[in-house]
Amino acid sequence: MALSLEHLDTITSAFNAREKAFEKIMRVCCGTGCITSGANRVYENLLSAVDREGLSSRILVKKTGCHGLCERGPIVMLGKDEILYQSVGKRDVAADVNLLLKTVTEGKVADALLFKAAGKKEKYVSPLEIPFYKGQKRIVLSMNGVINPEEIDDYIAHGGYRAPFRAFRMSSEEIIDWVTKGGLRGRGGGGFLTGRKWHSASAARGSPKYILANGDEGDPGAFMDRSLMEGNPHAIIEGMIIGGYAIGSNQGYIYVRDEYPLAVARLSKAIEQARSYGMLGQNVFGSGFNFDVEIYRGGGAFVCGESTALMSSVEGKSGEPRDKYVHTVEQGLWDKPTNLNNVETWANVPHIINNGLDWYTSIGTKQSKGTKIFSLVGKVNNTGLIEVPMGITLREIIFELGGGIRGKRQFKAVQTGGPSGGCIPEQHLDMPVDFDSLTSIGSMMGSGGMIVMDERNCMVDVARYFLRFLTEESCGKCVPCREGTRRMYEIMDRICKGAGKIEDLMHLEELGKALQWGAICGLGQSAPNPVLSTIRYFTDEYKAHIIEGRCPAGVCKEITTFSIVEEKCTGCMRCSAECPMGAIVGEKKKPQKIDDLRCITCGICYDVCPFDAIKIG
Amino acid sequence: MVQLSINGKKITAEEGEALLKIARREGFVIPTLCYHEQLGSSGRCRLCVVEVHDSGRKRVVASCLYPAKEGIEVFTDSEEVRLVRRTVLELLLARNPSAELIQNLAKQHGVTEVRYTPDQDKGKCILCNLCVRCCKDIVGVSALGMSGKGPMKKVGPPFDEPAETCIGCGACVVICPTGHIVMEEENGVRTVWQKKFELATCPKCKRYHLPLFQLEWISKTRKIPMEELMVCEDCR
Repeated sequence: MALSLEHLDTITSAFNAREKAFEKIMRVCCGTGCITSGANRVYENLLSAVDREGLSSRILVKKTGCHGLCERGPIVMLGKDEILYQSVGKRDVAADVNLLLKTVTEGKVADALLFKAAGKKEKYVSPLEIPFYKGQKRIVLSMNGVINPEEIDDYIAHGGYRAPFRAFRMSSEEIIDWVTKGGLRGRGGGGFLTGRKWHSASAARGSPKYILANGDEGDPGAFMDRSLMEGNPHAIIEGMIIGGYAIGSNQGYIYVRDEYPLAVARLSKAIEQARSYGMLGQNVFGSGFNFDVEIYRGGGAFVCGESTALMSSVEGKSGEPRDKYVHTVEQGLWDKPTNLNNVETWANVPHIINNGLDWYTSIGTKQSKGTKIFSLVGKVNNTGLIEVPMGITLREIIFELGGGIRGKRQFKAVQTGGPSGGCIPEQHLDMPVDFDSLTSIGSMMGSGGMIVMDERNCMVDVARYFLRFLTEESCGKCVPCREGTRRMYEIMDRICKGAGKIEDLMHLEELGKALQWGAICGLGQSAPNPVLSTIRYFTDEYKAHIIEGRCPAGVCKEITTFSIVEEKCTGCMRCSAECPMGAIVGEKKKPQKIDDLRCITCGICYDVCPFDAIKIG
Repeated sequence: MVQLSINGKKITAEEGEALLKIARREGFVIPTLCYHEQLGSSGRCRLCVVEVHDSGRKRVVASCLYPAKEGIEVFTDSEEVRLVRRTVLELLLARNPSAELIQNLAKQHGVTEVRYTPDQDKGKCILCNLCVRCCKDIVGVSALGMSGKGPMKKVGPPFDEPAETCIGCGACVVICPTGHIVMEEENGVRTVWQKKFELATCPKCKRYHLPLFQLEWISKTRKIPMEELMVCEDCR
């Protein structure tokens, strides 16, 4: 059965009527982050409590996708942005569930579950007031945390699946023209103009044509794509229907890594539901256009996020990239014209079609339109998933949305662009976040990972960490990447252990250049970025390791010692209580001493001392 | 046909033909390790890189794969090209210190010092993939493949066990550019990739020649009677 626009409206009214019958809707975030904090338990307890208390006709409990504030999960939202409860059930599930019910039955807002910024007294009731949400512009994520991702009617009731109707009234050229003029750029990191790619794929000779959605997100600390696939899978499918129609493709694949089981499950369910409504398959929405989507589960190799390696993987071969002298839009999957976009790019498409060009181009900067989803992690107070307009500054993201640096420490750097991105220092914090600005300072937008670091992060160690990741994730096809990354890692490791030589810096830069010029794919070409950008901005830290044989951040164990400054130590014994090795000795209220023989230089004493009496030496 | 230039020399070539072929035909020297005329290109070794200026864009590309286009300027010995080649050779020399081919190439390209600790466990294998492609595309049995990734990548039969499909033909041994693959014959038994093959004895000269298993495979796939194949090439 093919659904018409009227059908969609009927579904919408029926769905809304059903929800309106309830006095209150409670949305329990069931994204992977909240689930690991116990959201499923909260959901089940809440359901049975509602039933037990005879409130089933008054309260509707819903499962939703990621709400973003993962740091404070499990999140439960009451009404539409009315009350945000955080850390629900972290201490006592039954008690917190009771508080949730009382909010409805007694009209009492549960103070204990409200959001409070770190180090501040003020509490927030509505999420709209919380700086973390206030600074966001949620377009792609607008339905994340609102709809039940496993229910297609919910998506339809929130305006879903209307864009294809509009698109089918346009010609293929018109749609591509819109996407081009809208200035949508690839959200997977490349930042290539989506419309131009669609145009090339559409103009390419050969059939069949394929379209692919890249959901292989593999950067450490990134979960934008996962949250989108888990929280709003239909948006990706809707975007792909429009793309398929515009490009002239009847088959789409969504490539998801198998480490994302919830994303795979929710996408599979979404595809099934879309098929049953005639939105996928033969004669989509009665338009005469045939289009279907299948999921391809990847084995979790980071390199398979690279377009040609991804296609190789879908073909059943090992995930090795190839040189793209002939573009994949001409010869991609099975050597046929193939258009690959990131899942976030696909999810942008329905919004552009529905809301028009003027609306879309009004958001963002001149060269980078729209919004971008970031996973904000590291040493900020509010870690989580954010969607912000392009052009927002890094400072706003870190200090307003992110609530600043944890504890008393100072900001040192922010790493953007995933493992092969770069580390950006304080001096560039007022730089607008867009594709070109980030590239100009030696980093990149990447797919949206953002790792904030403070003075307790050693930049040499950070570069070593990413290089180790890339060495292990290199597919090993080309010599520069396979052998070069591991040799770079060896040099970095040597420097971290205090055995570096000053010539190593030039050697690293030389090897880095050879990789940038010589490697086959983006992984190898950008692998030197963490090293090159940290050498560029944090040379002093490298020199401290190499020349002075010390790690200023107190991270590199081999060249770090901790000692207690007698004049500052009050003998509060906080450090000796926390020291896992019992290496801190001394009498109460008298200066303590660290026994170097027992000390494993973990730095816990340094982190817990309230009087800054521990010195890194 | 398209017009392009290599090191300033104007050249006419077929559109889409690989730069390496054109350059070699025109007498320019470009070193390669993973390219083979019969097996084509795979772009692994990055030794054949050249610098290409195309519509104002400068790139360093693998010449074995880059297709000839109208108006491009190619440089086979630019600073960047030399940097990539020298780096590749130094890295390979550290990986395969005993491979004479790499030693010679490195010397030719001025790589005199290796700044890394040489590997002791990789033998002479440079992972050029020629044996894998030969076994698949020419022999047609796909007894070899690559496993692992990154620095752990290696070539061998599936699961490092004697491959069922290996016919013991030794083509991999012949094509290996560094001499990494070892094949031994002793008392009428050939051993390659840990698989043992009984050798056929020629009824005429009574000498051992090819593995029986290989002859049976040829007999089956080419429909040639075994009796004919049992006679060695010298006696046929």
